[in-house]
Amino acid sequence: MLTIRHLILAAATALAVAGCVTINIYFPAAAAERAADRIIDEVWQIRGGASATEGAAEDSGGLQ
Amino acid sequence: MKFFPRILFAMCLYGAAMLAAAQGNLDVSTPEISALKQSMKQRHADLRPLYEAGAVGFAKDGTIVLRDASSVPLAQRSRAQTLVTAENKDRAALYREISRANDHPEWESDIRKTFAERFIERARSGWWVQGAGGWTRK
Repeated sequence: MLTIRHLILAAATALAVAGCVTINIYFPAAAAERAADRIIDEVWQIRGGASATEGAAEDSGGLQ
Repeated sequence: MKFFPRILFAMCLYGAAMLAAAQGNLDVSTPEISALKQSMKQRHADLRPLYEAGAVGFAKDGTIVLRDASSVPLAQRSRAQTLVTAENKDRAALYREISRANDHPEWESDIRKTFAERFIERARSGWWVQGAGGWTRK
C-alpha cells in the first residue's frame, strides 16, 4: 500500500513539475498587452477617462 | 484509496496557482524602465506633430519610421531623423528591459511584437501605421 502511495506521489510530483515548467515558458500575451497599454498611456500622457472620451470624439469625428 | 482524489485536488490547486501567476502582470517598474518611459514621454511632445503630419509612422516591428521626409521642412529634417533614431533606441531598450525585468530575456521579440500591435492599434486618427499590406492612414 505504501509503495503504491509513493508511486502515485512520485507521478503527481513529476506531473506538477512538468506543468510548472510548461506554464513558465509560455509567453503571457494578455499581461504583455496590459503592460504595453499602461506604458503607451504614460508616454502619450493619456489618463484613464481622457482616453475613452478622446476615442469617442474621434469616432464621431470620423463619421461626420 | 482516498489518497488519489486528494492528490488530484492538490494538483488542481497547484495548477490553478501556477496559471494565476502566469496570467499576472509583467513587472514594468524597474528604474531602467521608468527612465526610458520618462525619456519617451518628453520626446513625444516633439514627435506628435510628425505623426500628425504623416512624416513619421508606426512600423509593424515596434519601431517608428521617417516614411515621408518631404513633409518635413528641409531645415527640420535632420532633427526629425535624430528624434526617430533616439526613439527607436529607447524602444529597443524598453523591450529588452521588460523581458529582463521578468527574468525571460527570450520574451524580447514577443514583447516587441505586442508593443508594435498596441502602438498601431492605439495610434490616433490621421497617424500612419504599417499593416500587412503596407502603410495606411488611420
